[in-house]
Amino acid sequence: MIHETAQSGLWARAQRTSVEQLHIRLESFIVLIVLSAIMAVLSPFFLSLSNFLNILLATSTIGVLAIAATYVIGSGGLDLSLGSVMGLSGVAGAYVAVNLGAPSPIGLAACVLAGAAAGYVNGQLITRAFVPAFIVTLGMLGLARGLALVISDGRVIYGLPAVMVYVGQGRPLGIPMPVIIFVITAIVAHCVLAYSKFGRHTMALGDSESAARAAGIRVERHRRILYTLSGALAGLAGMLFMARINSGDPTAGLNYELTAITAAIIGGTNLFGGRGSILGTMIGALIMGVLQNGLNLLAVQSYYQQMAIGAVLILAVFIDQYQVRKESRV
Amino acid sequence: MTLLTLSGIRKSFGAVDVLHGVDLSVDKGEVVGLVGDNGAGKSTLMKTITGIYRADAGSIEFDGTDVLPLDPGARRELGIEMIYQDLSLAKQQDVASNIFLGREPTRKLFGLFPGFIDKARMDREAASIIARLGAHLPSINRSVGSFSGGQQQTVAIARALTFNPKLVIMDEPTAALAVREVQGVLDLIRRLKSEGIAVILISHRLNDVLAVTDRIVVLRHGRADANLATARTSMSEVVSRIVGGGDLSAAAMHEQRG
Repeated sequence: MIHETAQSGLWARAQRTSVEQLHIRLESFIVLIVLSAIMAVLSPFFLSLSNFLNILLATSTIGVLAIAATYVIGSGGLDLSLGSVMGLSGVAGAYVAVNLGAPSPIGLAACVLAGAAAGYVNGQLITRAFVPAFIVTLGMLGLARGLALVISDGRVIYGLPAVMVYVGQGRPLGIPMPVIIFVITAIVAHCVLAYSKFGRHTMALGDSESAARAAGIRVERHRRILYTLSGALAGLAGMLFMARINSGDPTAGLNYELTAITAAIIGGTNLFGGRGSILGTMIGALIMGVLQNGLNLLAVQSYYQQMAIGAVLILAVFIDQYQVRKESRV
Repeated sequence: MTLLTLSGIRKSFGAVDVLHGVDLSVDKGEVVGLVGDNGAGKSTLMKTITGIYRADAGSIEFDGTDVLPLDPGARRELGIEMIYQDLSLAKQQDVASNIFLGREPTRKLFGLFPGFIDKARMDREAASIIARLGAHLPSINRSVGSFSGGQQQTVAIARALTFNPKLVIMDEPTAALAVREVQGVLDLIRRLKSEGIAVILISHRLNDVLAVTDRIVVLRHGRADANLATARTSMSEVVSRIVGGGDLSAAAMHEQRG
């Protein structure tokens, strides 16, 4: 009995250190390893370099969205429009490049700009019109998806120029371009969130808005920047996806907000703000990637994958809340 | 020398008028008690000084500057600090993050990108401030939410005193404290005064107010109703001014017994 409490004390200490120092939930790391081990046993194809790159490639889109989710949820906000804005961005980029015949760099920039514009509108409505983030971004989920369908006339836009396709399909040194862009984005996002004034203020804002306000942080302006950033990242995800599938698909990113938010939450982002890290979110995104990849290798229907992701989200929040309740009882 | 001058401050929230033209002045190094019944407008008035609320009318001059158009951050820069009753701490962040929130020392990352926090310097300075306050905290790297109420208040006080304030506003600093901790806060107020820092003390504990202030301002129905020199007033006068006249010797006796 005594031995057991000593052990659980050690585990609790390791958990606390991990959360406080690295902002990573220790459990999520273990889940990733266990999940990978199970997949490796079940499928002979799982443990190979090409499959590893496949997982990273599949994770790149979700990972970029999950970074956006980490910033916004960490600040005490919510962005449900991530998947729709991603779809809108891909269509916008393809439309600018194919239908308007603009040069490739402008087509790529159009993706990010379209996303940033949608995020800017979110931010304005939330901070100036005082409509709750849940409603604004839920509305934007419908608006952006509808606009993507209007622009593309409900059809997939084919025929991207070669430079744009290279961003999605090129493999310098054998590494897929989306993976390179994703990793660079993650490193920058991590440094900004963990070590910069902007990042620390983002978490303080989610922790206590009144404390942030009293400290002189311009809360509304900060939120507007965050939602615009979230939209721009969704635009970047849309760009990567569009380039990878070589077309602007108005249904791209459907339900991706579910996966992105799940990745952020299982990575240790506090649902109510104030805590979260890109490192943790990357583990969360990899868990999502491994789960999807593994289920694909095992030829499980994609319908079940949706169910699995939804279940994982609820389970992750349950574990988080259970621990909070347990701590507050002690 | 006058440090802070409020004149004709008005503030309403929708149809509710809270402040109807408050005049108040605080000298350099003066300790002013602000008392009044619940709903008299004490907290609202203080938040118009820190800039959390914008006054509808009136003027606020601090150290020769018109601060009315300034946001809370700019007013902190000028030396106005407030310790809130709820302490306004970011509970999941550590001690140093809270003390330096909004004013973190920065450096360039890789000597290139500005706006990155100098965490080592922040931790060092936070530790020395806590030590100077004579307080003991379990660890500087723990999240503040895991501390006791008294320890959390130490962090809030440290945050207010770090950047050489000229005026410190304290909202009910002793309301939730044990007897010994109350004396610590009162000593701190005396020390601030001796360093030439002005203090506005909001409190329901009239014993505390009478013990440390130079002057007591009574806020009633959104106006500065009375302005009493602490040395020449008494518990019963303060109480009667708060409630609005009449024979209140019983209430005063009760307060006196504390």
